Amino acid sequence: MPLASYQTSVPVVVDEAKCIADKGCTVCVDVCPLDVLRISDLTGKAYMAYDECWYCMPCEADCPTDAVKVNIPYLLR
Amino acid sequence: MAMDEILDGMSEVSCDVLVIGGGTAGPMAALKAKLKNPKANVVLLEKANVKRSGAISMGMDGLNNAVIPGYATPEQYTKEITIANDGIVDQKAVYKYAENCYSIIEELDSFGIRFLKNENGDYAVKKVHHIGTYVLPMPNGETVKKALYRQLRRARILISNRYMATRLLTGADGRIAGAISVNTRTAEFLVIKAKAVILCTGAAGRLGLPTSGYMFGTYENAANSGDGYAMAYHAGAALANLECFQINPLIKDYNGPACAYVAGPYGAFTANNEGARFIECDYWSGQMMLEFFNELQSGKGPVFLKLNHLHEDTISEIETTLHKVERPTRGLFHEGRGTDYRQQPIEMHISEIGFCSGHSASGVFVDEFARTTIPGLYAAGDMASVPHNYMLGAFTNGAVAGEHAMEFADNTDFAAFDAADVARERDRVMAPTKRDDGIPPNQVEYKTRRLVNDYLQPPKVTRKFEIGQRRLAEVRDDMENRMVARNSHELLRALETHSILDCADMAAHASLYRTESRWGLYHLRTDYPEKNDDDWFCHTLLSKKDGRMSSEKRAVEPYIVPIADDEKDLYDKQRVRTSA
Ligand SMILES: Cc1cc2nc3c(=O)[nH]c(=O)nc-3n(C[C@H](O)[C@H](O)[C@H](O)COP(=O)(O)OP(=O)(O)OC[C@H]3O[C@@H](n4cnc5c(N)ncnc54)[C@H](O)[C@@H]3O)c2cc1C
Ligand code: SF4
Ligand code: SF4
Repeated sequence: MPLASYQTSVPVVVDEAKCIADKGCTVCVDVCPLDVLRISDLTGKAYMAYDECWYCMPCEADCPTDAVKVNIPYLLR
Repeated sequence: MAMDEILDGMSEVSCDVLVIGGGTAGPMAALKAKLKNPKANVVLLEKANVKRSGAISMGMDGLNNAVIPGYATPEQYTKEITIANDGIVDQKAVYKYAENCYSIIEELDSFGIRFLKNENGDYAVKKVHHIGTYVLPMPNGETVKKALYRQLRRARILISNRYMATRLLTGADGRIAGAISVNTRTAEFLVIKAKAVILCTGAAGRLGLPTSGYMFGTYENAANSGDGYAMAYHAGAALANLECFQINPLIKDYNGPACAYVAGPYGAFTANNEGARFIECDYWSGQMMLEFFNELQSGKGPVFLKLNHLHEDTISEIETTLHKVERPTRGLFHEGRGTDYRQQPIEMHISEIGFCSGHSASGVFVDEFARTTIPGLYAAGDMASVPHNYMLGAFTNGAVAGEHAMEFADNTDFAAFDAADVARERDRVMAPTKRDDGIPPNQVEYKTRRLVNDYLQPPKVTRKFEIGQRRLAEVRDDMENRMVARNSHELLRALETHSILDCADMAAHASLYRTESRWGLYHLRTDYPEKNDDDWFCHTLLSKKDGRMSSEKRAVEPYIVPIADDEKDLYDKQRVRTSA
């Protein structure tokens, strides 16, 4: 059976102007318990790659530049 | 992208003591093992990152079960936990925890974690349980993980982050030999030979499906997919009382604790839609959950946490605590819905089911030394069978496990395992990556968990369980033969799906075995509605025998703290009486 991809609005948003992943930062990617953040090849910035979030907040709390904002996932908002 | 590419790799390391899971119990176990023998090698393996993993990822509000001299005695605590669990308790392990936990509090204090004190410098313990007083707030509870991490670094514990353990290895003599793990970002294998292994992988928190439909919107840290239960089962260890599910009263949809333990001592309470109190005590027990469930069904639901009768200053204080640590997105959730504690009560609901001894009583069977039924294999925290253990129990029993495991390791050599076991595991793990087409892990997981809700959630009905088992077997066939993972992150989820399905099968099997009702809502069987002490005043142990799931009875060990007849049913009297 072929696979289709499925649209979801992700809860975690990164302010690309503030993110310094292009200078080597990977803090949010490192700490996330669900391992759902990645650094984009295209933009060189962090982003939520998988919508599998426990809305727990280490990514936001530990980001050195305050670039991460955790929102409540839409389904339970 | 490169990070989640599937690589073909396999390496092998060895250590004296291997700790699997670096949340709460795990760091303490690793630390105590290392301090016991500083020359030995201790490896702490973690699926996520020890800095921020586990239930206490963002810290904790307080200790739920502190036995502090002057406020409570180990005897009182043991009695309370025995009664709260309908008597099905091996008291030795509970008593040992109660005796040891105060020294762990002092040790945590020396790590820089503070506990609330009153003007006289005494611990300010609060009453939440039915009988005794055990709840101790932590004013800098958000620093717990950092404090632990500092100790791990100082003791030079070897930490391996982003490795998910998938199976335990045992020797021909049945002793533990190590574990197999997979890197969650490269799919490379790491085989760890160990003389002793301590499982600290937390609850089975992704068993039921939250009512929001969001698979990761669980009460437990969603990384805790029940891997420890599955690994212990496949290694041949016994698991105790799995029919005693974990079900919690939570904030609806948000699925975090409403924190009656925090707000209760200030005068907040659980209320029905008339604003009236209907339970005597907010402490989470099966009996309390049954009254909660009954209220929801009665037409007097929904159920709320009511604070709006409190003084503004009190509400602000509660708000600060509840919105800062533990689940700090809580404030955001309320804001989104326009809920202000001053105006509206907080709507609550019943959580999805799970396994968790931290809050209820089921888990990998352990004795008072945290030993499982496999020599050299230990377990501590939410996945081990010591009931109502919470965070302090994870720390305390983690410490017990660490010390005892190192003693075991010091007196033994590596057990030899069969290389064919590793090869077989590699085939099992990699199977979803060898397919080009099939069913993705998220769909297999969703269906499994949806079936758990439809068929296994209490009230438990035999016929429904039997249908559930058949449907779960169909999903298993899909999982084993048709599941596809296209990168190593999907493979992580695929492996978790195996654990979830194993736990679902165990939940069904254990529930059908115990033909009575016990522990309030946790094991409410409509076709056996009564408690039957004559036949079922015992533990049940589930294990793998000749490749099949099997259950047996195990006698409750003679009490060391006697319970008088008129005390036995104190937890059965949860409902507020309407007339005097
Ligand atoms: C929201 C919430 C609020 C709570 N509030 C309180 C409170 O106020 N007071 C209190 O006393 N208790 C509280 N508890 C309970 C307490 O936090 C837990 O009982 C305790 O932290 C459990 O510790 P643990 O080590 O067993 O599990 P965890 O701390 O969850 O650690 C398990 C670890 O194992 C890792 N892991 C899982 N599978 C694998 C694998 N296959 N391979 C490698 N690693 C793996 C996980 O990533 C995780 O780091 C709360 C729990 C929750 C979820
Ligand atoms: S922690 Fe902040 S700065 Fe660093 S990669 Fe993540 S978003 Fe960017
Ligand atoms: S909120 Fe938690 S799970 Fe979600 S991305 Fe941040 S760290 Fe990861």
